[in-house]
Amino acid sequence: MGDQTFSFEKNVETALGDTQLRANFEYAMSTLYQKRKAVFADEAETERLREVGNAVRQRALSKLPELLEKLEKKCIENGIQVHWAETTDEANRIILKIMDDHRATRMVKGKSMVSEEMHLNKFLEEHGKEVMETDLGEYIIQLAGETPSHIIVPAVHKNKDQIAKLFHEKIPGAPYTEKVEELNALARKTLREKFQHADIGLSGVNMAVAETGTLCLVENEGNGRMCTTVPPVHVAVMGLEKVVEKLSDVPPVLRLLTGSATGQIITTYFNMITTPRKPGEKDGPEEVHLVILDNGRSAILKDPELRQTLQCIRCGTCLNHCPVYTRIGGHAYGFVYPGPIGKILTPQMEGLEKTGGIISASSLCNACEEVCPVKIPIPELIRRLRNESYDSKGSVPGHGYKWNLPEVLVWKAWALVNRYPRLNELAMKVGGLFGDRFPKIGPLKQWTRVRTTPRLARHSLHELVKTEGVDHE
Amino acid sequence: MDKRYPDKPDTVYFFGTCLVDAVYPEAGMAAIRLLQREGVRVVFPQNQSCCGQPAYNSGFPDEARAVARQQLDTFTRDYPIVVPSGSCAGMMKRHYPMLFARDRDLSRIRAFSNRIFELTEFLVHVLKVKLEDRGDPIQVTWHSSCHAAREMGVTEDSKNLVRQLKNVTLTELEKERECCGFGGTFAVKQPAISAAMVTDKIADIRGTGAGRVLSGDCGCLMNITGAMERGKVGIQGQHIAQFLWERTNG
Repeated sequence: MGDQTFSFEKNVETALGDTQLRANFEYAMSTLYQKRKAVFADEAETERLREVGNAVRQRALSKLPELLEKLEKKCIENGIQVHWAETTDEANRIILKIMDDHRATRMVKGKSMVSEEMHLNKFLEEHGKEVMETDLGEYIIQLAGETPSHIIVPAVHKNKDQIAKLFHEKIPGAPYTEKVEELNALARKTLREKFQHADIGLSGVNMAVAETGTLCLVENEGNGRMCTTVPPVHVAVMGLEKVVEKLSDVPPVLRLLTGSATGQIITTYFNMITTPRKPGEKDGPEEVHLVILDNGRSAILKDPELRQTLQCIRCGTCLNHCPVYTRIGGHAYGFVYPGPIGKILTPQMEGLEKTGGIISASSLCNACEEVCPVKIPIPELIRRLRNESYDSKGSVPGHGYKWNLPEVLVWKAWALVNRYPRLNELAMKVGGLFGDRFPKIGPLKQWTRVRTTPRLARHSLHELVKTEGVDHE
Repeated sequence: MDKRYPDKPDTVYFFGTCLVDAVYPEAGMAAIRLLQREGVRVVFPQNQSCCGQPAYNSGFPDEARAVARQQLDTFTRDYPIVVPSGSCAGMMKRHYPMLFARDRDLSRIRAFSNRIFELTEFLVHVLKVKLEDRGDPIQVTWHSSCHAAREMGVTEDSKNLVRQLKNVTLTELEKERECCGFGGTFAVKQPAISAAMVTDKIADIRGTGAGRVLSGDCGCLMNITGAMERGKVGIQGQHIAQFLWERTNG
C-alpha cells in the first residue's frame, strides 16, 4: 500500500537535510523521553509491571481465536454490532456501508492508527463523504494534507510557528497567531461545530476486553468521548490483536500505555464503551459497530517468534527512544507505522520486498527493547527479518528477495576465514601489509564518507601474544 | 540482570575479538597485562577468531553459527573467558543460547556462555583491582557501547575503574546511553543515518571539554575516532584497557 515512488534512502537524505525537522524531532522526543523517565523512576517496579504487561499480552495472543469469539459474543449481547474484515479494503467498505445505511455524509474521527492503515479518509472522501479528524494533531496534519509522523503525536514534526502559519492559511477567517491558547481555541471552534453536525463518529480501540465486551479508549482531549457519544452512530475499528482476556488485565496495560506513551500516570480521558445508548439514557450513540481488521495479522500470529510483534500496545515509546527515528522522523519510513515497531510490523504486513530496506536501518542498539512496556524483543525480530530477506525458504512475505550471490559469497568467505586459523593468520598478515591503504570502494566507500579508513595493525594480537610471551596454546 | 561472579581463578582465557586482533592489538595486550598483574595466568588460544556477531546481525545465522562453533571448540577448558568488548561479550553470553536454541549441544553452549565476562566487570568483581594512578592530570569522557550498557550492564564497572585513578577527571556525556551509530554493518548499509549519529556523538564528546574519550568497545572507537580524525577534532580515542595500563604501569 506504500507509495510507488517510495525510496527509503531518498527519504532519509531529505529528512537529515531538513534542519527544522530535525530540531522539531529532537525537541519533542527528548521531552517525551524525560516524561517517561520521570513516571517510571522506580526501576524495579517498572520491570515488574513490564513483566505483567508482557504476560497479559502473551496470554491474549496464545488464545486469540477463542478470545475474539468471546469478544464478539459479548459485544452482540451488549448490543454492539461486530464486523470482520480480512483486508483494509473490506474494512473500508464495511464502514462505507454503515454510513450509506444511515444516509450519513459527515464523519468525525478520533485518533485511530488502524484507520490510517486502511487509508480510510481517502476512501470515504472518494465516495463523497466528509471526514473530519478531531484529535488536534490529526486535525493539523489533515489541514496540511499529510500523514502522521508518529503513532501517538502525529503532528510532532511541526513546531508552533509552522502550525500558526497553517491555521492562518487553511482555516477560513483565522487570524495569524502564535499563541498556543489562541491556536487551540481556533481548532476547538471549528471542531465543536463539526461534532454537532456529524452523522457518525469513528474511533480506534486501545484494548477490547473479551470477558465483558468492553472497548477501551485512551485520550487526552475529550474528542474521543465526543466522537463516541455525540453522533447517533459510533464505529470503532481495531486490529484483531488488540483484545485482552479479562477486565483485570486493563489496569496494568493502561498504566504501561499512558506511562510509556506520554509519561502520564493516567490520561485525561479513559473511555470504556460497552453498550449503545440504553432506553432512558440521555446520551450516547444509538448504534455501536465494531470493525475487527486482520490485514495480515493472523499470518503473523502463526509464527511463535514473530507473533511477539502483535504484543504491541501502540504506545510509541520505541520511537521516542530510537536513535534512528529521532533523526529521520516518521515520514521517512514511507508507511503508516514508523520507528522500531514499524520496522518489524510493516515488512510482515506489506512484504519485505516493498519496504525499501527499512529493516537495515537499525544499529541494534537495543534502546527499543529496553523500554518496550510489553517486552517485545524488537532487535531479535529485526535479525529474524534480516535473515528472512535473504532466506528463500523463509515464511514472511517477500522472503529471500535480497538474496544475491556476491553478498552470500562474502559471508561464506568470512565464515571460512574465521573457521580456519591458517586462513585467518594469512588474512591478518596480508591486511597488516596494506594498513589503511585500501581502495575506497564498496563498504569502505560508505564508511569513509565521514571517517578515515581503519588502519590494520602490522602485527595482530595473535602474533603479539607470541612475541610477548603470553600463553598461547 | 542476572549476574554471578566466580572467585578469583588461577587461569583465565582471553578472547581478543576480531577487531582488537586486526586494528587494536595493543589494547588487547594491555588487557592481558592488566589481568596478569593481578596474578592470573592468561591463556590466548591461537585458534580463536570472531564471535560471529557481524553475520548474526546481518541476517546470516548459519555463517554466524559456524564461526561461533569455532570458539566453542577452542575455549574448551573450564576457565572464565575474558573479553575486552561489551558487544562481543554480549554476543557470546546473551545471544549464543538463542543462536543455538535448537542445538543438541545447548547445555554445553549455556555453560560456555556462563563463563563469558567483559573485561572491566571481571577486573572489578572478580579480581577486585585497586589501581594506582601514576599519570599527569587529565580530563576524559566515557562512551559506553550499547551492548556493554544494555546486554552486559557493565557501564558503571568501567567508569568506576576510571574513577579509581586520582589524577583523572571523568566528565560524563549528556546522552551516554545513545548509540554512536556504529552498529557493525549498519554503518555501511545506512551510511547517512550512521553519519548523523556519530556527528551528534562527537558534539556531545566535545561538549564535555575532555581531551580523550574512552570506551570498552573497539567498534565504537573505530567509528568515533575515525570520524573525529576526518573532522579534524583534536580529541583522542582510546580503549579503556590501554588507558588503565598506561596510567598505572611503570
